[in-house]
Amino acid sequence: MSLGRYVLTRISVAVPVLLGVTALTFSFIHALPGDPIDALVGFRSVSPATEASIRAEYHLDRPLWEQYLLWLRNVLVLEFGESPVTGRNVAATVGRRLPATLALGGAAWLLALAIGVPTGIVAAVRRGGPADELSRLAALAGIATPNFWLGLVLLLVFGVRLGWVRVIPPDAPLASPAMAKFMLLPTITLGTASAAVVTRLLRSSMIAELDAAYVRTARAKGLRERTVILKHVLRNALLPVVTITGLQLAFLIDGAVVVERIFSWPGMGRLLVRSILQRDYPVIQAGVLLVGVSIVLANLLVDIVYAVLDPRIRY
Amino acid sequence: MSDRRPTTDRGRIRIVGFEDADSDRPGDANSNGDGDESPAATAGRTARPTADPESRTGPTAAARSPSGTALEGPGRSRSAGAWQRFRRNRTAMAGLTIIAVMAVLAVFARPIEVSTAEYTITLQPVSLAPYDPAQPFVGPANAPPSWDHPFGTDWAGRDQFSRVLVGGRYTLTVGLVAVSLALGVGVPLGAIAGYFGGWVDEIIMRLVDVLYAFPFLILAIGTVAILGRGFWKLVVALVVTGWIGYARLLRGEVLSVREREYVTAARALGIPDRTIIRRHVVPNAITPVVVQATLNVGTVVLTAAALGFLGLGLEADTAEWGAMLSRGRDSLLQGHWHVTVFPGIAIFLFVLAINLVGDGVNDALDPHRDASDDRRRMR
Repeated sequence: MSLGRYVLTRISVAVPVLLGVTALTFSFIHALPGDPIDALVGFRSVSPATEASIRAEYHLDRPLWEQYLLWLRNVLVLEFGESPVTGRNVAATVGRRLPATLALGGAAWLLALAIGVPTGIVAAVRRGGPADELSRLAALAGIATPNFWLGLVLLLVFGVRLGWVRVIPPDAPLASPAMAKFMLLPTITLGTASAAVVTRLLRSSMIAELDAAYVRTARAKGLRERTVILKHVLRNALLPVVTITGLQLAFLIDGAVVVERIFSWPGMGRLLVRSILQRDYPVIQAGVLLVGVSIVLANLLVDIVYAVLDPRIRY
Repeated sequence: MSDRRPTTDRGRIRIVGFEDADSDRPGDANSNGDGDESPAATAGRTARPTADPESRTGPTAAARSPSGTALEGPGRSRSAGAWQRFRRNRTAMAGLTIIAVMAVLAVFARPIEVSTAEYTITLQPVSLAPYDPAQPFVGPANAPPSWDHPFGTDWAGRDQFSRVLVGGRYTLTVGLVAVSLALGVGVPLGAIAGYFGGWVDEIIMRLVDVLYAFPFLILAIGTVAILGRGFWKLVVALVVTGWIGYARLLRGEVLSVREREYVTAARALGIPDRTIIRRHVVPNAITPVVVQATLNVGTVVLTAAALGFLGLGLEADTAEWGAMLSRGRDSLLQGHWHVTVFPGIAIFLFVLAINLVGDGVNDALDPHRDASDDRRRMR
């Protein structure tokens, strides 16, 4: 199958999933107990005139499928209406929070790779040795540590006891030295579990590759071990790490919800939790939709990148 | 023997090792089943519903090895062999010990009483916890650890040690109940999707794909937003997020198992599909699901605790480990470290133990698969 055909097939699978994601998000407001109008006005008592205008705005008098299509049309142009709780534009609110979460998630992902890849290589090369065992224990501990707890403990030690970092974000733009310094602890908190997963995954895929015939050939022709590992084995072993990027994204978003709350980080996760507690359903809807769509698109992208990197995958 | 006797009216296929109910020893079929006949022979034997669980699992274990010879020797069931391997695994046994100790502590933390209209039946009278976990001001508020309060007290002066002990109840039951129910949903759906294929498969798997687009915690938060808070609502939220993983994993395994000769043979013998699925397909495809489910107890506990921490799990004053941490941040900024540290260590220990056990289960059930496929840990 040519690359073009493969990409088209993948997209044709992703489209119904995207539609399903939007349908599920749409039905969210209708699944709530009671009249959806209550959720849309923020559970206050409003004048009949306001209620009528909101009913008209969300087309609540139309059949459900029609409401869905009309909603979908608005979603495609990023029109989510206004939050009944804060009165602000939902799309703008979400958009303002997004960069902070992207920065945090990106930093954590980089940290996970920066720790996970070297550790995974060492663990695979020194298989069964003390370094391998140590990395296994560290990875297990990293997976088992609840991220909210790790965040709290880091905050306690470095923020409260030692006083090296602030406990709330500085009032500075996102791309500033003060913010970068503050971001250190959230990044570590968020990245630890991912680093552990990357380590273990890379280790097992490296071990599988180390047995391959081409490794023996490379050694036989007198390449230095370093070259064999870094140039030959690692490149092949990294593919499974690429595949889990979509999963990692989901994992990091989950983590961000918790970590942002601990560090008062002005991101999507904190917005979501606050919206749940305030019953600000249009904001929840927009946030959840954004998360769902980005994960589907990320998985699509990963599959395509994978097919470009490894022609065997296009069957 | 709970044999359904095949009707004599219809034509029967005579298969070696299948004809005699008396020779129902696992070793028999395996020694007979050499070469071409082995899959059919083992299939025929497993096809018969037997009352004895040992002889039921024996041949299926043999069917997995290509030549049809039992690696375990005659009379050893697959589960017994797995338990042997598991017991030799020291780290896994350490994990199991930790879980057992925590379970015992949780059960005996406070007396368990069942009270109906006017009777109160005490099921378990022992009380390891020195104080009532819900009783405020048994000591000064936010007191550091001391002899009276080994883990200190929280903001309301409640004894942390008692709360951590009792908190184990919520964590253990939520983990166990949510994973069992999720298995109960995911396993049948995954088996049906994989076995029948076609539009049934399409519908189930598209639903799985859609749910998979949402991260675990986000989906759970969404469900909690709809249902509200409480123990069973929390369990429902965790089941909604949990079943998809099992369905997907089992479907993939079933796809390969259903092409095996023993399934074809069972079909040729006219065994109904539901029996084939239950007796031949699922037992041979379930191994990775069991491993995943074990590891998932950890994930579920972490998610439940995270929800508790966010104030979206059980009621805020419940002595659940996650919920105990939700006020931890404020106490922490005032320098009360003990409020955070002890419930966190409890969660950490439990999840670590579950992961050790999960690795052990993996090695015991499926020695050929690499133990460290950590993709599953993320779900």
